[in-house]
Amino acid sequence: MLVGQQQRLQEDIREIVAQHGHDRSALIPVLQELQKRHTTVSDFAMQVVADELGIHPAEVYGVTSFYAFLRQPTKGRFVFRLCRTISCELGGKSRVARQLENDLGIAFGETTGDGRFGLEWASCLGMCDQGPALLVNDRVYTRVTPEQVHQIIDECKSTFGAHARQAAHS
Amino acid sequence: MIQVNSKKTPFTFDSIEPESGLRAALGMSRADIIGEVSACALRGRGGAGFPTGTKWNLAAAARVKPGGAKYVVCNADEGEPGTFKDRVLLAEHADMVFEGMTIGARAIGAPHGILYLRSEYVYLRPHLESVLARRRSENLLGKDIGGVAGFTFDIHIHMGAGAYVCGEETALIESLEGYRGEPRNRPPFPVDTGFQGQPTVVNNVETFAWVVCILSRSASWFKAIGTKTSTGYKLLSVSGDCREPGVYEVPLGISVAELLAKVGGEGAKAVQIGGASGHCVPASEFGRKIAFEDASTGGSIIVFGPGRDMLAVARNFMEFFVEESCGQCTPCRAGNTKLLEGVEMLERGECSMSYLQELLALGETMQLASKCGLGQSSPNAFVSIVKHFKDEIMGRTLAN
Ligand SMILES: Cc1cc2nc3c(=O)[nH]c(=O)nc-3n(C[C@H](O)[C@H](O)[C@H](O)COP(=O)(O)O)c2cc1C
Ligand code: SF4
Ligand code: FES
Repeated sequence: MLVGQQQRLQEDIREIVAQHGHDRSALIPVLQELQKRHTTVSDFAMQVVADELGIHPAEVYGVTSFYAFLRQPTKGRFVFRLCRTISCELGGKSRVARQLENDLGIAFGETTGDGRFGLEWASCLGMCDQGPALLVNDRVYTRVTPEQVHQIIDECKSTFGAHARQAAHS
Repeated sequence: MIQVNSKKTPFTFDSIEPESGLRAALGMSRADIIGEVSACALRGRGGAGFPTGTKWNLAAAARVKPGGAKYVVCNADEGEPGTFKDRVLLAEHADMVFEGMTIGARAIGAPHGILYLRSEYVYLRPHLESVLARRRSENLLGKDIGGVAGFTFDIHIHMGAGAYVCGEETALIESLEGYRGEPRNRPPFPVDTGFQGQPTVVNNVETFAWVVCILSRSASWFKAIGTKTSTGYKLLSVSGDCREPGVYEVPLGISVAELLAKVGGEGAKAVQIGGASGHCVPASEFGRKIAFEDASTGGSIIVFGPGRDMLAVARNFMEFFVEESCGQCTPCRAGNTKLLEGVEMLERGECSMSYLQELLALGETMQLASKCGLGQSSPNAFVSIVKHFKDEIMGRTLAN
C-alpha cells in the first residue's frame, strides 16, 4: 500500500473512532463502518483500530474472524449472500446458487477479478416464507429464480459510476 | 421499500390504541407493573419461555454496581431458521416494541435501552431510527417521559454482525461489549450481571409487544387465552410446503393439525417445530399442541410435504450447526461435526444400526454437557428424524 493511502486509511479510522468513542464496546460498530467504507478490514486497518481503542491487535483479529459479516473472505463492492438454510433449500436455492456461479463466473467464497462482486453463503435471512432469499449488501431479494439472477447483477452494475460507493450501501 | 406481505391473520397489536399500555404503566407503581406481567403468566416469546414477570422482578431487585445503571435489551437477533415474525413486528409495529421496552425500563428502573438488531435486517434500521426520533420528539423517550418527573429512558440500536449464537442472551451481551459472541457461564444471570456488569433484562421483540397489550387491556384478558401454562397468543412464522406461508397469530395450545389446516399444509409428512434447534413431529403426532409444555417454539414452523427426503432435512440442520457453533466447548464443536458425518454415512448407506445408536448417545451427551442452548439443542432435529423416519433413512443405496 502507498504511504498516502495508508495515511488516508489511518485518518479515516480516527474519524470513525471519534464518532463511536474509544470504548471497547465501540469495536464492532467501528469495524462495520470501516468495512462499509473500504469493503474490507485489512491487517493494517486492524492494527490502527487496536491502537485507537488501546487493545491488542490479536483482540481485533479475534473479533473480526468470529463474525460472518466481518470475516467475509470475499471483498467485492457487492457481496451476494444466498441463504442456504432449510426453507430456502425447499424453495429451490440450489439452482439459484448454480446460476449465480455461472453468471458471476466465480464460486462461493470468491471475488470477481475486478473486485466488484463477492459470492457467499448465508444462514437463514429471516425471509423463509419468500425464499429463495438473497442479500446483496443491504438489499434483500426474495423468491429469486435462476433467470432473475442476471437481472440482479445488471442492477448492481448500473449503479456503478460516480456514486457507486453510496449506492452500494444504501 | 420494505416488503412485508408476510402477515396472514390480523394481529392483536393492530387493535391496541397507541401508547395506551405506556400510559397505564405511568400511572402504576413498579411493583404493580411487574405484578400485572406476572399475573398474566406471560412467558418469553424468544424460545425458552421464561416467565417475564419473574425476570423483571429479579432485575428490579438487583443492585446497580457503582457508577453504572440498569439496561433493557431487546433481542432482535432472530436467527433461528424459519423465524421471521420479529422482522414483521419491527417493520409494522416498531412503536409498540419500543413502547414495551419503555414499560420494562419503568418497571426495573433502567435509563438505558438497546435494540440488538441482526445485521441481516440492516435495511430496517432507517425506519427504526426514524421511529425512535419521532418518539423522542413526542417525549415518549428522553427526559421526564410522559411528563413523569425523573423518568428518563432512551433506546439506541446496536447492529449484530452475522452470528446465530449471538441470539443467546449472554453471547449477545458479549457482542454488545465488543467481544466474540461466546456464551458466558450462567450463573451469574444477566438480570444480576449483564451488560457492563449491570443488571440487564433481555427480552424478545414479541415479548415487549405483548407487554403493551397486557397493560392496555388486562392480565385477566391475556390469561384467559391459551393453556394453563402457556397463556396468550403467539406469532408463528410458517414456511415450507404449504399454500399460505407467513406469520399467523394463534392462541397457544393450537394443535399442529389445526395449524396445518389454516396454512394450507394438509397432507404434510412432518413439521419441524422450533426451528433447527426444535423437534421434528411426524404426521402420526399432529394432534400435539403448540405450547411450552408440549411442542414448544419461539415461532418457527417448517412444513415438509409428502415428497421430502427427511435425511436431506437432517443434513441441512446439521450443516447449520457446524457453521454456527461458536467452538468454545467440545461437546458442541466436535459433536455437531460427528453428527453431520453420520448423516453423510446414512446418505451413502454405510451406517450400521450400532453406530447409529452411538450417534444417538452422542446426541444425549451434547444435550447434557454443552455450555449453552445451541449445543444442548442442536442434536434435537437429528435425533427426532432418526426416531421417526428410520425406515426412510436406513439401508440407502446411492441411487436414492
Ligand atoms: C443459540 C440461541 C439462539 C437464540 N436466539 C434468539 C433470538 O434470535 N431471539 C430471541 O429473542 N431469543 C433467542 N434466544 C433466547 C435468548 O437466549 C433469551 O432466552 C431470550 O432473548 C429471552 O427473551 P424472552 O424471555 O422474551 O424470550 C436464543 C437462545 C439460544 C441458546
Ligand atoms: S454449546 Fe456450542 S455455541 Fe454454546 S458455548 Fe458451547 S460451542 Fe459455543
Ligand atoms: S431459510 Fe432462507 S431466509 Fe430463512
